[in-house]
Amino acid sequence: MGISVWGTKVDETMESWGKSKEALLPCLEVIQEACGHIPQEAITYLRENLAVPSIDIYGVITFYGMLTTKEQGKYVIRICDSLPCYLNKSDGVLGVTEKELGIKAGETSADREFTLEVVPCLGLCDKAPAMMINDEIYENLTDGSIKEIIAELKR
Amino acid sequence: MERILTKNVGKPNSQDIEVYLGGGGYKALEKALGMKPEDVIAEVKKSKLVGRGGAAFPAGLKWEFTRRESAEAKFIVCNADEGEPGTFKDRVILLNDPHMLLEALVIGGYAIGTSKGFIYIRGEYYREIETVEKAIEQAKAKGYLGNNILGSDFSFDVQLYKGAGAYVCGEETGLLESMEGNRGCPDCRPPFPAQAGFLGKPTAVNNVETLCNIPAIMTNGGDWYSRIGSPDSPGPKLFCLSGQVNNPGVYELPMGITLRELVENHGEGVKGEFKAALPGGVSSSLLANLDTKLDYRSVAKAGSMLGSGAVIVINKDTSMIDVAKNTIDFFAHESCGKCSVCREGTRRAREILTRFSNGGGKAEELDLLLELGEVMYDTACCGLGQASMNATASAIRLFGKEFEQKVRK
Repeated sequence: MGISVWGTKVDETMESWGKSKEALLPCLEVIQEACGHIPQEAITYLRENLAVPSIDIYGVITFYGMLTTKEQGKYVIRICDSLPCYLNKSDGVLGVTEKELGIKAGETSADREFTLEVVPCLGLCDKAPAMMINDEIYENLTDGSIKEIIAELKR
Repeated sequence: MERILTKNVGKPNSQDIEVYLGGGGYKALEKALGMKPEDVIAEVKKSKLVGRGGAAFPAGLKWEFTRRESAEAKFIVCNADEGEPGTFKDRVILLNDPHMLLEALVIGGYAIGTSKGFIYIRGEYYREIETVEKAIEQAKAKGYLGNNILGSDFSFDVQLYKGAGAYVCGEETGLLESMEGNRGCPDCRPPFPAQAGFLGKPTAVNNVETLCNIPAIMTNGGDWYSRIGSPDSPGPKLFCLSGQVNNPGVYELPMGITLRELVENHGEGVKGEFKAALPGGVSSSLLANLDTKLDYRSVAKAGSMLGSGAVIVINKDTSMIDVAKNTIDFFAHESCGKCSVCREGTRRAREILTRFSNGGGKAEELDLLLELGEVMYDTACCGLGQASMNATASAIRLFGKEFEQKVRK
């Protein structure tokens, strides 16, 4: 994915944080948001502009759950499996989702429509089980509601 | 009890600065700016407010330590990286009352002597980030942030820093590493952030809920505050009730109410029959006694910790082996890997608990798990490793029979 997608946003971020290491995570976040992953060209660009070695940039990317160098699906589904959701049957929700999408947690569908992830607590414990699809929240999930949500996205 | 932290929750457009000002907002800042910074800190010390993020450190002392450092550059950082499973209280404030937080942060900046503050919010809180960004713009436009606030010679700016999905960044030294562009691995202490924090400069790191007590303390005084709730750890607390309970949610209640009152009166009872609860999220030990008082000292005396006040209720149909395994899966995933004792310990514990959940446990491994918990408590560098075996060890101590039944015959 070319620089045109993220270049301007990264330059703006560097302007606001300065060309220093403190700008690294904010820059990676805008790239992830614009492309759905961190492409190699972006790592090279950051290395040259922030004077941070590639190895440290990879180190930061691999540390955080929301950053990845792998291309993601159009819809990134994050199902919470932390204790409050688990006690309210999040494993059932995950099972139904895997079946409906034909992929396992951690995988992206062949048509690049869906990425499925199991994530720790999203802070939605009073509406468990819960998940996020991109930046949207889905609460009090049941086998039925999750089937409807996925069917809607496939349409 | 009069609501303090959630007094504006439920008002239409409570996140808007006009509504906040209409309820007397930013008056506490005006009062604080008319006082000497040392007197602001003295008032917070008098209130006996302790940190609400989990560690329960006296808030006034933290500010005093930071203020007393001789370095010219200092920072104040609001920790809004809420991630302890079962905790969703800061989200309520960020969404409904961001100006209360900003007002408190400016007062904190004035008290410790800095003109630069940060709010580190977890990346998954999209709506909250947007709400706080808007609030910062509004506060700037009205002159509550920026140069010469309210005509004083005090200037203060706030910058938002977004997390990217790492539980351990809620630990304050991990959070500062993250802000510096590094992997968010916690540091060994000392030095404490109050001595050497962000970019090596003295930094006060305060949780969202802790800060939101400050405006009321400024307005009504530390003595007034110290008389609310439990005398040992006074003030209101946001309890997050979740798990197998009929009416989960965030409840603002005085410290020292019993687990029974919280679960039965506010949570409308357990779904099924009560078995146990984790009072401070998955980092805490199980409590089986509903009459335990929920304040820092009483919960500690009962062998657990109140932490962030994340009360997760578990019913009798739930296997404690499954609960223990769920918590250790979490810690094994979130361990940053810096200390071998935490990195390897959480993985070995996960292997053992997986065997138990499949009915293939070994009797001697129960003692091994308890010993592993003690070693990790004594030797891990940060709270994550130290607390990771609490739920498991307490499950073995309180519900050992369930584990024994899963020993391979």
